[in-house]
Parts: sequence; C-alpha cells; structure tokens
Amino acid sequence: MKKLLLLILVSSTALAGEPSADRQAVLRNMLKHDCGACHGLTLKGGLGPALLPEALAGKSDDFLADTILNGRTGTAMPPWQQFINRDEALWLVNILRNPEH
Amino acid sequence: MKKLIPILGFVLSLNAAAEPRATGDLGVVIEREDGKAMIINTTERKQLAEIEGLGDLSHASVVFSRDQRYAYVFGRDGGLTKVDLLGDAIARRIVQAGNSIGGAISQDGRFIAVSNYTPGGVKVFSSDTLELVADIPAEYDNGKLSKVVGLADAPGQRFVFSLFDAGEIWVLDLNNPQQPAIEKFRNIGKQPYDALISPDGRYYIAGLFGEPGLALLDLWNRQDGVKRVLPEYGKTDEKLPVYKMPHLEGWAIAGDYLFVPAVGKHEVLVIDKRQWQLVKAIPTAGQPVFVMARPDARQIWVNFAFPDNGQVQVIDAKDLSVSKTLAPGKAVLHMEFTPRGEQVWLAVRDDNQIVVYDTETLAEITRLPAKTPSGIFFSARAHQIGL
Repeated sequence: MKKLLLLILVSSTALAGEPSADRQAVLRNMLKHDCGACHGLTLKGGLGPALLPEALAGKSDDFLADTILNGRTGTAMPPWQQFINRDEALWLVNILRNPEH
Repeated sequence: MKKLIPILGFVLSLNAAAEPRATGDLGVVIEREDGKAMIINTTERKQLAEIEGLGDLSHASVVFSRDQRYAYVFGRDGGLTKVDLLGDAIARRIVQAGNSIGGAISQDGRFIAVSNYTPGGVKVFSSDTLELVADIPAEYDNGKLSKVVGLADAPGQRFVFSLFDAGEIWVLDLNNPQQPAIEKFRNIGKQPYDALISPDGRYYIAGLFGEPGLALLDLWNRQDGVKRVLPEYGKTDEKLPVYKMPHLEGWAIAGDYLFVPAVGKHEVLVIDKRQWQLVKAIPTAGQPVFVMARPDARQIWVNFAFPDNGQVQVIDAKDLSVSKTLAPGKAVLHMEFTPRGEQVWLAVRDDNQIVVYDTETLAEITRLPAKTPSGIFFSARAHQIGL
C-alpha cells in the first residue's frame, strides 16, 4: 500500500513536472537522433523496435518510463537515467504516444 | 517537333563546351534529418550539388560504382538510390524493403546487395538497372527471419553477412546469379552487430554484442569454420551501457594489427592477426563507434557514442596509445580519410558542419556547412574491397 501511495505521488508530480522549453528541445533532439540511432529517425524501428503509438498501445506509461530509465536486460536498450529524470521520461512517453504534439 | 531539334542541338553543344568533370575526388555527405545528400569535391573542399528525396536516412551508407560515376545510397526505409555524380541527379531509385541497414557492391561491380532488417534478408540488384537479381531471406529456426548486418563484398563474386538474431554468418556466391549458392556457418556467437572484411578480402570478422569477443571466418580456409577471437575478454566485468552500436569497417586493420571497439568498455582493442591474440586494450574517452586507420595505418582515429561524442581521439600506431584528443564539435558521427590520408573529414551533426583536419599537424583546415551530417563517403571507396 505504501508503495502504491508513493507511485501515485510520483505520477502526479510527473504531470506537474513538464520540462522547460530549452530542456524540451534537448530531449526532442535526443529522441530524434540518439533514440533514433536504433529506433529510426521516424521511430519506425531499426535494431530496436518501432516506437510508434500503435506499437506502444497496451504498454503502461510506467513500464515505458522504466524501460527508458533502466534499459532492458538482454537487449541493446541501455539505461538513460544518468541523462533523463523520471518526469522527462514520462514526458517523452507522452510525445511518443502523441507524435503530432 | 521541328522546333525541338534545334533546341536539343543547342543544349548538347552547351554540354560539350562545359568543362568535363572527373569523379575520382568526389564524395557524398549524408544529411540525415532532411533525407538529402551533398555531392562534394574533396580537392576544392566545396559542395557541388544537393540531392533531395533520398527517404529516411536515420541510418545510411554509400558504395560507389567502379567507374566512380554513381553513388548507391542505402537508406533506413529500404530505399536504394543510384545518384549520378556527373549529372547531380537521381538516376534510379527503388524502395526494396521496409527497413534496411546497409549494402555492398560486388567484385565486378555488376551487383548491389542490400542487407535488410524487415523483412530480414539480403536482396541483390543489378547495379545498372536496379532490377532484382536474387532474394535471400535470412531464415532460421523454421521460418523465422533474422535481421542482417555486416554485409561485405568478398573476392570471387561473393557477399558475406551476419544474422543478428540467428547468430550465423552466410557466404553468398553469385558466380551464377540465377542460382546463388549459400554457405552457412551456425553458432558463431550471440548477436553479431556488424562486421568488417580485411582489405585483402581474406578475413571476415563480426563483432558480437550478446557475448564477449569476435567471430572470425578465414575465407581462404572456409572448411575450418568460424573461430572465436577473445571469447573470454571482459567476461566477468560489468558492461557499461552502450548508447550507440559500434561500427566495424575494413580500415580498422593496420599492418598485423586489428583495431576494434570494445563493447560496453571504453577501450579500443588491439588484436594481432597472426595469432588472433590481444596485444593491448587502449583506454579511450568513451564507447568507441568508428575505429578507422588512416590509409597508411600510421594513425587510428576513434569517435564515440553519446554522451562522449564531442570528442575524437587519435591513436599512434607506433606506441599503441592515444596521442591526441580533439574536440571538433557536438556529436561527431563519422569520419572519412582522403584516399592517401593527408586529410580526414568529420561529420559533426549537432553543429551542422563538416570539419576537415590535416592528419599530420592535427590542425583544422576548414569547416563546411551541412545540415545534420551523419556519414561521409568518398568515391575512392569504389576500388577498395569491403567498402
């Protein structure tokens, strides 16, 4: 239960914690080029899987943010937590789900 | 119609009067974000033309026809574009797969092979017409298709490539293009991520991502099968995160030594190719991506994965240590030497520039504007095995 409360707290701050405009530009560039190195500039996939909205449907925000932050063992997906905080990871997940934004 | 003839005649005579252009010192710079490529002159160090409409170039590579007139651009989206370096135009373009990673040109220049992720396999095309010549699905495990990486041309009208998901190396023999012969080597190691062929065309070496070491195929002694090189190296160490897959290219061989990026370690490994033993692990500024020997092999230049991609290091081949660290700009993605190595051109993506260095003095010569440049390919590659 305590864990759940903590989760709720974390996710509610995440909504509040939209990155600054400068930081958003950095994150978008990172998404395009550094994520894009494996997932493709257009996110249709490469060595890594596609990150288009239909590919992410059915996966929770938390699961996706965890994947970004901690990487995925046994695959080429590295952990990004040294460079991105949880709010930023959730913001990126939202961008992936709504690419036109 | 009568009117057209005098006009045509006029155009032809204009062309005849123009200064003829040679292609031996030209190159192509990929501008990834816009799906464009610049044609450049490496002697005058200037842009000649810009070619648009090359599709998704998030990952791209280029090979050249043996007459050095055409550049074949392999895009991420399966696009294969034949660019005319004399006409500054696209000669032909096809989209041959959903997702692809690279390509190669055959020994005789007649065929272009493309390695694809989706559908996993290799397709071979006529270099003249881009018509399909052979389709080789990378099947394993009862019909699953593997992503194909590390496609290289080899002597004897062969192509060699690796199956990322299957852990196999295949040798494709195109002596009879109607009936291509395939030789398969299985259990070569987990997740080969890229490969190189030695400049003499003898050794095909695949780097492994899923386990330590490299897989080696001696094409002179194929009956001996694939051997592992450094299978124990760093096995018990914690792997550092890899933010960009390293690349292997033929120019990483310098004399008896092979220089390769370690994976998950900030090192360049020096391997003696007489015994295939480790000579030295050279500590570097980050996860190496490209490790390329200057054509005379006196220096080895190394660039790095995010977040260390603002630096480039120069290794002295004589004492096997880093002799210089350069900071060309933000996000150095690729390097290309002039044919005899007096200059190296670097693609600096986030600064939207190409930076040219004198490799002797290590001084900067010039910078050229380019929009998010990611790859630089000079036409001298036309006559190099494996490039």
